[in-house]
Formats: sequence, C-alpha cells, structure tokens
Amino acid sequence: MNAPLGTLDRPNSYIGRSVSRPNAKRLLAGRGRYVTDLVLPRMLHAAFLRSPYAHARIVSIDAAEARAMPGVRLIATGGDLAKLCKPWSGTLDHFKGMKSAPQLPLPLEEVLWAGQAVVAVVADTRAQAEDAAEAIAVEFEELPPVVDVDAAREPDADRAAVAVSDNLCFGCRLDTGGIDDIFAGAAHIVEEEFHFGRHTAVTLEPRAILADWDASEGKLTVHHATQTPYQFQDLYSRHYGIPEASVRVVAPDIGGSFGMKLHVYHEDMAVVGLSMLCGRPVKFVADRIESFVSDIHARDHRVRARMALDAEGTILAMDVDDVTAIGAFSTYPRTSAVEGNQVIRLMGAPYRFDSYRAELSVVFQNKVQTSQYRAVGHPIACAVTERLVDMAAARAGFDPISLREKNLIPDGAYPFTSPTGYQFEALSHQKSLARLKVLMGYDALRAEQAALRGRGIHRGVGLASFVEISNPSPAFYGIGGARISAQDGAVLAVTPSGEIRCQISVTEQGQGTETIIGQIVADQFGIGREKVRVITGDTENTPHGGATWACRGAGIGGETALQAARKLRGNVLSLAATILQARPGDLDMRDGVVVDTRGAERVSLAEIARIAYFRSDTLPKDASAQLTVAHHHAPQGYPFAFTNGVQGCHVELDAETGFVKILKHWVVEDCGRIINPLLVDEQVRGGVVQGLGAAFFEECRYDENGQLTNGSLADYLVPMACEMPDIVIAHIETPTADTALGAKGCGEAGTAAASAAALNAVNDAMAPFGASIAQIPMTPTRLLKALGTI
Amino acid sequence: MKARAFSYFRPATIAEALAAFAEAAGDASYIAGGQSLVPALALRLQAPERLIDIAHIPELRGISLQDGSLRLGALTRHVEAHDDPLIARYAPLLALAAPHVAHPAIRNRGTLGGSVALADPASEFPAMMLAMDAEMEIAGPEGARRVPAAAFFQDLYQTAIEPGELLVAFHIPAAHPQHRCAFDELARRRGDYAIVGCGAMLGLEGGLVEEARIALLSVGPVPVRARTAETVLAGGVLDAETIRRAQAALADDLDPQDDEQVPAAMRLHLARVLLGRLLGRIAEAS
Amino acid sequence: MTAAVPVTLTINGETLTRLAEPRETLADFLRRDLGLTGTHAGCEMGVCGACLVMLDGVPVHACLTFAVQAGGGAVETVEGLSESAVIADLQRAFHERNALQCGFCTPGMLVTAHGLLVRKATPSREEIRDALSGNYCRCTGYEAIVDAIEAVARRRAAGETAAAFLEEPA
Repeated sequence: MNAPLGTLDRPNSYIGRSVSRPNAKRLLAGRGRYVTDLVLPRMLHAAFLRSPYAHARIVSIDAAEARAMPGVRLIATGGDLAKLCKPWSGTLDHFKGMKSAPQLPLPLEEVLWAGQAVVAVVADTRAQAEDAAEAIAVEFEELPPVVDVDAAREPDADRAAVAVSDNLCFGCRLDTGGIDDIFAGAAHIVEEEFHFGRHTAVTLEPRAILADWDASEGKLTVHHATQTPYQFQDLYSRHYGIPEASVRVVAPDIGGSFGMKLHVYHEDMAVVGLSMLCGRPVKFVADRIESFVSDIHARDHRVRARMALDAEGTILAMDVDDVTAIGAFSTYPRTSAVEGNQVIRLMGAPYRFDSYRAELSVVFQNKVQTSQYRAVGHPIACAVTERLVDMAAARAGFDPISLREKNLIPDGAYPFTSPTGYQFEALSHQKSLARLKVLMGYDALRAEQAALRGRGIHRGVGLASFVEISNPSPAFYGIGGARISAQDGAVLAVTPSGEIRCQISVTEQGQGTETIIGQIVADQFGIGREKVRVITGDTENTPHGGATWACRGAGIGGETALQAARKLRGNVLSLAATILQARPGDLDMRDGVVVDTRGAERVSLAEIARIAYFRSDTLPKDASAQLTVAHHHAPQGYPFAFTNGVQGCHVELDAETGFVKILKHWVVEDCGRIINPLLVDEQVRGGVVQGLGAAFFEECRYDENGQLTNGSLADYLVPMACEMPDIVIAHIETPTADTALGAKGCGEAGTAAASAAALNAVNDAMAPFGASIAQIPMTPTRLLKALGTI
Repeated sequence: MKARAFSYFRPATIAEALAAFAEAAGDASYIAGGQSLVPALALRLQAPERLIDIAHIPELRGISLQDGSLRLGALTRHVEAHDDPLIARYAPLLALAAPHVAHPAIRNRGTLGGSVALADPASEFPAMMLAMDAEMEIAGPEGARRVPAAAFFQDLYQTAIEPGELLVAFHIPAAHPQHRCAFDELARRRGDYAIVGCGAMLGLEGGLVEEARIALLSVGPVPVRARTAETVLAGGVLDAETIRRAQAALADDLDPQDDEQVPAAMRLHLARVLLGRLLGRIAEAS
Repeated sequence: MTAAVPVTLTINGETLTRLAEPRETLADFLRRDLGLTGTHAGCEMGVCGACLVMLDGVPVHACLTFAVQAGGGAVETVEGLSESAVIADLQRAFHERNALQCGFCTPGMLVTAHGLLVRKATPSREEIRDALSGNYCRCTGYEAIVDAIEAVARRRAAGETAAAFLEEPA
C-alpha cells in the first residue's frame, strides 16, 4: 500500500514496514531511565507550599520553624529567586494586542490560582521537604477570584491579575464578508451552543526535573522530562543569564507528554534557581495532586456556531463565536491563545464553502493556565463542525454520509485554500469516507439500529471528518518572536566498524521516533537497522532543532534523517569509488556492501570505514574521507502539511441510566507516507482513546471559588481498558510533495475527531427521544437531563 | 505526597494490639491491608503517631461454618470473598459484590474488616453485611462484644467501634439454597465508586417471596436497608407489578442528597432502575 | 520523627535486611534503597497501577504498602520477573504488538498480566480488560495490550514455552 520511495525489493528496505521498537525492550525489562529514576551525588529534593486560594495577596511568610527542621537545606521565596531569574510573559508578536501578566518562578505578592507554588523547600528527602512545607506559615489576604467567563468580560469585572488592564488576553476576528446576508437567504440554518470541558494531560510519569548547577564550571545541567530540550536550553540560558553553551538539557526516557511537558512551569524554573542557591543537584517530581493543580489544562471552550445551507444541502457559510478561558496568565513561550486560534481556523476545514465569520475571545480567570495539549484546537473545531453537519443533514433530509459526500472538498480540487486561510496541498476526504463506509459496514449498522430500536435498544452511529495540522513552519512560532525552532538537525556518521550513528534533534516519548529515524537511515544505506544507533534528547550531543511536537517527528525529523543519510551515502560511495577506482554513479549500497551495476560485491562499509579512519595513508592525496555529515531541514513550500481522515463511532445508550457503552470505533486516516504502520496504528489508537476520554469522562471541575474539586486520579476520570472499545484503523496515503519522504504526521489524528464522532453517535442514539446534547464530557447526569428523565 | 512520620508495631495477638493502642494514648491507627488508610496517610489527611499492623494476628483469620453461621475473620481478603467456596455458598452477596470492589491488586490486599470498619457508604461490603444481617465481633479492653449490622453503621465513616477497639470477625447467618441473590452497581468506570449499588437477597418458596433483604450503597451517609421495599415484596409473587411497587417504595427508604456530580433525584431514579433490574433478574432465573 | 527500623525482605529471590523509615512505601523503598526503578510511582494512591509488584505471589500496589508491612514477605519486581524469564513470553508479545509507548505503565501492566494468567489460563478479551481495570495507560489505547496478553494465553495453552527474549536483537 506504500508508494515506493526507492527500490523496495532490496534487503533492509524499511520505509513502510511494521517493525518493533528496539528501545521498547529496555522499557519492558524495567530498565527505562526516566528523570524520576535519576539520582545524582549530593542530590536534594524540592517541595512547594501552595496557595489554598484562587486569588490572594501574600501578606507574610514565616518559615523560621521550617528552617530548623531535620534535613532542611533551603527555604526560598519569590524574592530569593527573582534575584536570579528574569520574568517571562507568554505573548507572541503576531497575535496583535495580546497581553499577559509577567511571571516569576515564585510570586512576589499575588497568587493567581489555587495550587500555585508560593514557597520552595529543599531538603535531603522529599518527605522532609513536605514536613517543612507544612510548618511554614503564610498569611494570605483573599482577593475576589475571577471564575465565570462571562462575568470576566464585564466592563467592571474584577481582574484575574493586578498586572493586566482587563481580562481579555487576546481577541481576533475572521470575516470573509456578507455573512448576515447569506444566513438571511439560506434555505437551512442549524445552530447550537457547545461546551467543552477542561481536560488535562495526566501523563503517567508526572513532571520531573533535576537541575544541577556546577559553580566551578559555570555549567547548568538539567535532566528534564520534556519533549523540547533545545527550547529549555535557550530559556534557562536567557532567564538565568548563563551562556547557552554552558546549559545542557537532557531529556531521557519520558513517561508521556502529549504537549504538556513542553511548557514553562513555575516549579521547573524555580528548581534551576534552587540548585544555584544550594550549589547542589535539586530534583522535583510533581506528585499527582500537584500535577492536577499545576500541569497545563486544555480546552475549556464555549462555542456558539451556526451553519447555512442552500435548498440542495450545499454548505454556504459558517458563523462562529469561541470564548475560551485560559487561566490567569498565558503560558510561556507558546502562549495560551494558540488553541483558540486553531479552533477558529479549523472550523469547517473538511468542507468546500467560501463564506466564514469567526470571533475569538481568550479570557483570563483564576484557574490553572490552559495551553497546548494533544490535537490543539482540533477536537473543538471538529466537534462543532461535524455536529452542525449532522444537524444539517437531519434538517435537509440527508443521510449523514450523503451530506458529507456532497460537501467534502473533492479529492481532485487541490490545491485548495479554506475560507479561514489554510492552504491544503492534497487531501483525500472523499476516498477516506468511502473507505470508512465499507470498513464499518455503515449500511448494515443502520439496518441493525432500526431493528434494535423496536426492541428498546438504542444504538447510535456517528461520523466525523477531520483535517489535522502537522509540520508547522516558522510561521507558527518563529514569526511571533518565540525561539522555537521549525527546523531539525541531524549528524550522521559511519563508525570505524561500519555502523551508523545518527544524532538527531527530534525526541522520543514512546511514539517511536528513534525507531522510524533508524528505519529511514538503515533504508538509505541498505543495512540492517540493528547497525544504526539513534541518539536523541540531549542538547550537548544532538544538533539544535524543534524536537517533537505538532506531529513534526516523522515529517520534519524524518526528512532531516533522509537527507542526511543521502548526503552521507554520497560521501561513502564517493570514497568507495576512489578506493575501487570506479565512478560513484556506478556504485550502490546493498546490505552493508558497496556493489557495482551488475550487483557484484566490491567493498564493505566496514572496510571503507577501516581505511578512512585507520589507513588514510593508502588513499590518494585529494581523497575526501568525510564519514560524518550534518544536515538541517526546515519545512519549505506549504506553511503546514495538513493531513486528513474520518472517524466512525458506534455506541449503545442505556436510556434509563444515561450510561453509554462504546461498541466500536473506526478510523481512516491519511498521514502521507507511512514509515511504520504498526507504530502509526498505535499512535492513532492512543489518540482515539484520549478523544473518547474527553467525550465521556475527562473534566477538570471547579467550584465558584476557583477550587479544583476533582484534582486526583481517583476523581478525574481517565479512560480505562474496560470502557474503551476495539479500534479499527485503515489508511489512505497521499504523500506530501514538499519533501522526498512524503510523511506528514499522525499524532493528533486520533484525538482530533474521536470526541466529535462520539458526540454524533450519542446524539444519533438519542434522536428517537427528540433529545440532544452539545456538551462534552457526556456524563450520565447530562444525558439523563437531555433525555428529560431528571 | 509522603506520609508524616509514625512508628510501627506489629502485634502477634489481639491482646497485644489492644495494649499497643492503649499505650499510644489514642494517637494510633490499626492497619491491615491499608488500601484505604495508606492513601489517607500519603495525603496527610490522617497522621497517627503509631501504626499497629494487625495483619499478622492469627485470631483475625479464618473462614468457617459454625451452627448455621458463617464466621469470617476480619483479615479475610477481598479476593477470598470472591474465590472462597464457603462464602460463595453461604454468603453469596459477598461473592457477587467482590468483583466490583476496586481493582484486582486492591482486592489481593484489602480486607473485609478494613472495608467494613472504614464504613465508606460507597463501599460494597458494608452494604452487603447490612443486607445479610451480619453481626460484627468487636474486641476491646473490656472484652469482646457483638453488634448487629443494623446498629453498626452510625454515620458517615462512623461505626459502633470505639477508639481502640478492633473488629475481629463477621458472623453471617448462612444463606439457604432457596435464597436468590443478585448484586449490581452503576459506576462510571469498572472499579470506580458506584453512583449507586444494590444487593438483593430473596427467600423464594413455591413462587412466593418469603423474605426480602435489600441494601443499597452510595445513597447516603451510611449503607441503607430498603425496608419499605422489602415489605412490599415479602409474602407476594415476584411479578412485574410487585417489582414496580418495590421500586416506587424506595422513595420512602432513601433520602439521597444532591452532590456536585449527581442530583438527588437522579440517584433515587438510578436506585429504582437498578432494583428493578435485579429483581427482574431474580424473577427470570426462578 | 521516628527512626528507621530494620526490615527483612526477600526481593527477587534474595533475602536482605535494610533500614527503612516506617513511613516509606514499598515503592519508594525498592526505588531508593535497592535501585529497582522498574517499579514506578504514578499516583501514590493505588489508582494507576504503575507500581504493581508481586508480594507473596500476588500483584499488589507497592505504593499502598509500607516497606515495614511487607517485612518477612517475598517481593518480585519487574526486574526479578525479567531475570527469571517467567514473563519472557509476555515481554515478547508486548514488544511484537507494540503494546507500550512511553513504557511508564508497562511494568505494572506486565505484573497484572502475569497475575491474571496465573489465576486464569485463557481469559476472554473482556476478562483481560477487566483485569486491567486498575492499570492506567495514556499512550496505547489498551487494545494492543489486550492483544498481547491474549496472544500469550493462546501460546501457553498451545504448549509453547517461553524462550529467551531480552537477549535477542530487536
């Protein structure tokens, strides 16, 4: 099913093959090396006293008793760390008018959310640090918390932070014009108000950081559970005034990230300063309770949207108002406005229509900050669009499939520019939908549904087409002044024994980055992949790059590796030609051996390496034995590589209890060239489950005082094995022509549309009752209310 | 999330355990499986000076049938409630409820005594003890005493166990072959605390309900016996109309409160649905 | 402040005595004192299942047991189960099926799978999912894990014995 990239019938052609992950064996043996596992000599542990109030002024801090407690080495307040660390503000230049209160590792006067770290304790053990934190007396003066998103925008509203003039962090408008007239003349209009709960990533390994300031060398080494070590090298350097070359950030095995671990957290910044103050390594591992009140949250949108169609069921226009509540300040350095921005730009993305209007309001409130988490903005845009499409189908008398067939951007219509300004190179919505229809046995499901309804069994079928953003160019962050790289780099070398070492800037969090990079490099050399060692996640050992986020690992990292491998292969063949007195163009690599045009084996890679490293005296004087190459690659051409697909969800609603059983879920997706189908499928399945978690279970709930009321793993419901269905995956492959590799990305696809498909499925099941729901998570309480039972 | 410091003592007998508690002047906790206590300690919601580990006291173990009554030592583990043949035969509600109690690893370590002594109103075993009219054997400085389940659960997390006393065993009237039992609950995810749960034990003879015992969990501060519904059922035929009346009667038995997630009316509604399904299941099987 | 006390345990077949503060959980004790970092702490309140170990032959949460409570007992961690090769076929199936991504939940998953197959040789998919109800995985979507355990149950039923796994090239 893979369009061949090169010759696929040769040994060690890996691109497109399902192979397992070499680095997974270590994890299976319990030999993973996560930051939580690391121990350094003289290492100390940090804990934090946290604000019990959502908004308060710090009146006084008394730590005298705590300082005298066993094992306590340091107690630091905001003022102590402010002497070392420059403040930060999470704004981007290209988001005009955006504002956010400047942040320090620990606050000087004002706390902005319940759970904010206020005082740091460093002790010999974490337990001792917690003992001492309990003994610190902080007097707070409560300030009015901003919790309601509408009240926050009233002219006389209390402000979420003293440093901002009002509670609008950012607002923007898109308008292609004439929207009111189009709606006035439309044959069908559907509209709805949608609510999307706050979620959080809940990585199984909590945030973890181990900072080691060595004053003798003036060097900071930070072992940091993050996706983006280079970004943090830059930040620690600039905010603590340490030359960049003296800051090393190492990201070893990471226990899940999903976007959550690429933001700046106050505690993490503090730990660097604590290590400088103590002159010893300091480790902080958030416990699960701390994770819930300090990891970024995501979503939390209220969207009012409507769609206009003509009498034939053709979509004419969409009109959208998105209000998103982000917490008391914008996250640094990527900001908290990106999700809303993507929501309003991804609306209606799979469909062909010209007219669009949207308003986005990004609002401050005294809760944990929200920011980028897997499939940023996608699930919201997708759920709103796809629910409106289903409502429109019902209104105009179409089956949901046929209305989509009618309105999806035709596969032959590319390149295509959406009314929100996104440029699509080549997508496959029609092919994907046709494939899904067969895959899920759509017609049979409808027949079964009708038959079961007669017996009081209420099943529902939901569909959701989607577009996913991947491989962002510098237009994403760089243009806004954030030092977040859009390029990646690789250094590739033939080792003296003829193996390949690949040091590359994309990082691994379990999705299989190292595996696919190894496959690509081995493929280009025609050698067994066990002969390729891939090294990631260490700013001192890998070239600078964007690392892994927004689905850029395969698309950008993979292309970087491919080009580097081709460059190195060229050098090897050139050297082989010198050694063999042949022309490089007449030589090829096969199974670790240079062969000629007839396929005869001439010289092994190991022999070339031996000569180059140990017997350069036998080479001609002008021979160039360059067996190490560096290559950098940044997206050129389209600003993003969009992917697409469609999902189907089959549910059974227990109408008496409001409980929903998810029977099965299907995905057809097009991520361009697939490097490793096994890994792609599992990425998509994991993504689907995160989307289904959002649809049915996950929600950070707050009370009227801004207190998180379900901040534990027992109370915040993550999706578990029993409630999740088997998930069927199929692929269409439309490689991007922007790169030789043609890969786009698959990390967000599952999450992007799963909750939308589930929302449509549940609404489909409720249709006989004349009931509907436009809020996720769809809890039994909300469903029984929708059904009028309670 | 680390517990405050405490000292640890592991007695070999009940007498030693009671003495150790007395020594600590009240600032002590017994620990057996610890599956609820350890998280409370880790969260620093509780911080006793001393932990008295009763898990190695032989007197607290054992499952035996004596004079028509099943004696379960307090240290009987959740997994045993599921697996033990005597429990399956003579206290089937425990066996039916066991798979719904948390998760396999918790059930390997958690004890019936711990679960009942904690008296979490959302727990399955306390409610089933109530349904089965179990008696709790309690040892204290003054000697041993027995408290019927109906008098045992007093208020939220409050039982008849006085500070320093130790729950020793359960004495459960053995179920007869003509007893029909059913248990189910509605939980958001497998193993979560239920929104509502219900166990029913009906004595059926010649098509008539001779006795009915129904208890619910997660419907108030303590597990609740549905006495009115039981009265509706007793002496009659288990048909659709009777079941409907029993469901309706729950309004008199239950007084659930609104909470953040579940309105009171929903809890009552779900209790009725659940009871109806359990009774229907029993009716269908008999 | 209470002093550390001696605790004697059999860990992965070796009986040893160490000092531990009574408040130290078995999870922290294994990780800190013995360097057995395959036992992971994900929630420290018995919900996520990342810290599961075998204690006296059955899976338990190492975060819900103080080390002193386990004194006198026999503990097997993922490291010990790996070395004795009793889970080699499970590890192989997880690897083949890519039933792990970040790997943080994986030791707990393996312990649950091991405990399940000891109790029930050929569980249904539903029973496997039920057994995993206390093991949280954020990466995989669970299906691959269920597949891997199901495959091992089938292979064992067919009489296939566990071959060496970890030493083979990936």
